[in-house]
Amino acid sequence: MKKGVFVIAEQRDGNLQKVSLELLGKAREIADKLDGEVVALLLGYEVDKLTDTLIHHGADRVILIDNIHLKHYTTDAYTKAICEVAKKMNPEIIFIGATYIGRDLGPRVAARLKTGLTADCTGLDVDDEIKNLLMTRPAFGGNIMATIECPNHRPQMSTVRPGVFSVPCADYERRGEVERFDINIKEDDIKVKIEEIVKSMKEKIDITEADIIVSGGRGVGSKEGFTLLKELADTLGGIVAGSRAAVDSGWIEKDRQVGQTGKTVRPKLYIACGISGAIQHLAGMQESEYIVAINKDSDAPIMAVADLAIVGDLYKVVPELIKEIKAYRQSCEVM
Amino acid sequence: MNILVFTKQVPDTNEVRIDPKTGTLIREGVPSIINPDDMNAIEEALRIKEEVGAKVTVVTMGPPQAEKALREALSMGVDEAVLLTDRAFAGADTWATSLVLAKAAEKLGYDLIVAGRQAIDGDTAQVGPEIAEHLNLPQVTYVEKVEILDGEVRVRRAFEDGYETLRVKLPCLLTCIKELNNPRYMNIYDIFTCYSKDIKVMGLSDLGLQKEEVGLIGSPTKVKKSFTKGPKAQGEKFDLPPHEAANIITEKLKAMHLI
Repeated sequence: MKKGVFVIAEQRDGNLQKVSLELLGKAREIADKLDGEVVALLLGYEVDKLTDTLIHHGADRVILIDNIHLKHYTTDAYTKAICEVAKKMNPEIIFIGATYIGRDLGPRVAARLKTGLTADCTGLDVDDEIKNLLMTRPAFGGNIMATIECPNHRPQMSTVRPGVFSVPCADYERRGEVERFDINIKEDDIKVKIEEIVKSMKEKIDITEADIIVSGGRGVGSKEGFTLLKELADTLGGIVAGSRAAVDSGWIEKDRQVGQTGKTVRPKLYIACGISGAIQHLAGMQESEYIVAINKDSDAPIMAVADLAIVGDLYKVVPELIKEIKAYRQSCEVM
Repeated sequence: MNILVFTKQVPDTNEVRIDPKTGTLIREGVPSIINPDDMNAIEEALRIKEEVGAKVTVVTMGPPQAEKALREALSMGVDEAVLLTDRAFAGADTWATSLVLAKAAEKLGYDLIVAGRQAIDGDTAQVGPEIAEHLNLPQVTYVEKVEILDGEVRVRRAFEDGYETLRVKLPCLLTCIKELNNPRYMNIYDIFTCYSKDIKVMGLSDLGLQKEEVGLIGSPTKVKKSFTKGPKAQGEKFDLPPHEAANIITEKLKAMHLI
């Protein structure tokens, strides 16, 4: 039998979580190196319509457990279901998205299967010789990286945070098997009872928690200019911030100020538009993982700290950039 | 009601520095603290004690110097403190750690177990659920509100996109997040008395465990290597027409998985 690289396909109210598709892309790479197969494990109630999407994004096989007791996530029912499948099919690897659900479920499943689990992996690969899974993760607040393996226990399990890997392009020609798996689960198996479910999308205005920040400075020139930056931020799934000059001019709120007298941020991506890069501003953003600066002045200090410095007029570059990103998104039709 | 609070003494990661020559962590001179989420767990146990009456026992696994964290918890007002320490426990991953903690819970007895959601030195959030599994207890993670009812608890459990209100019978295990409460400070009286209180120490044989089950040997996961992220590469600069510049940015963002 082929080695199974399993991905827990997380859905909420019948909507697949994007991280599950990201994991399918990575699982495909790993399975190819192991000459194995990608298996998506889909749990829920009346969710069979999601199987095609999983196959289009790389699954060879979908194991579908469709059961009224899996309609809403509960630790007890989901752990029981996954462990039953795992005991029967002996997966080589199980990947789980490190969402608020995955981080509850993963350790419970790993403990029941008496195996290891590596949290929040940012790199996944296969050892060339022994074919063990190599799981790389940050530790000590990202100051150090460690590569972990799970040599003597199976399955090898990892969780991965959303957005670490990219969603593979869908291939609508891909075909795969869908296999229904029945589990015996009763109301009594679920010890934690749900009384109320409340959905509330909190507006993310804490700039220190944002992964992507589009920031504007004096060079933006007006409050209206920030509408353009907001459009770029929305396109990227990020938020808008500003330098002290922008805040003092009243173009953006004080709680979005980056810098020594504002907030210190370290997002994955920081796009500085029309910011010269005074030392006080740099102090608040130079730990960002990737910095793009767009500025007319080639010698502005911000250009020296940027990973990618674009000499140009933000009013010309940003609209083009929005267009490019939208076009890319459409060509790939992710989700 | 017996409440066990599992805590971890962690290095204050804001203070951790890397030795530029060896690339290893400089542990010397880094202050140790009680893990922040665990402070919320201690606070909640004390709050429950004040509300309905309970004996609160704080438990930690670590080297002998972890005693300091237990003294700090005593000075916040917990009743008893237990230190799980043994050379054999060293190098444990979350599985082996949770096994030791679960055995301790069995020995100590409990109606409710509370712990922090995750520790700042590892950020795994795995030990809580793994203890619950070893003890075959129901669990709720990401707890942001607790209400004690008759023989059960009602809790609010946070999600990225909202929350759920859940009800669960005791005994159970809860992991706490910072939204739950504001941890109290040590109080003057207890700071003076915390040093006269005994700390119960338990090792491998006290817990009825074998060497092979714990520590590095008992851990399914092994660290193959650790390394620091190298210094940042020199940035690139382009002076091009807008659409070409936009194209370069887009390609970079694609390569970085940012879009």
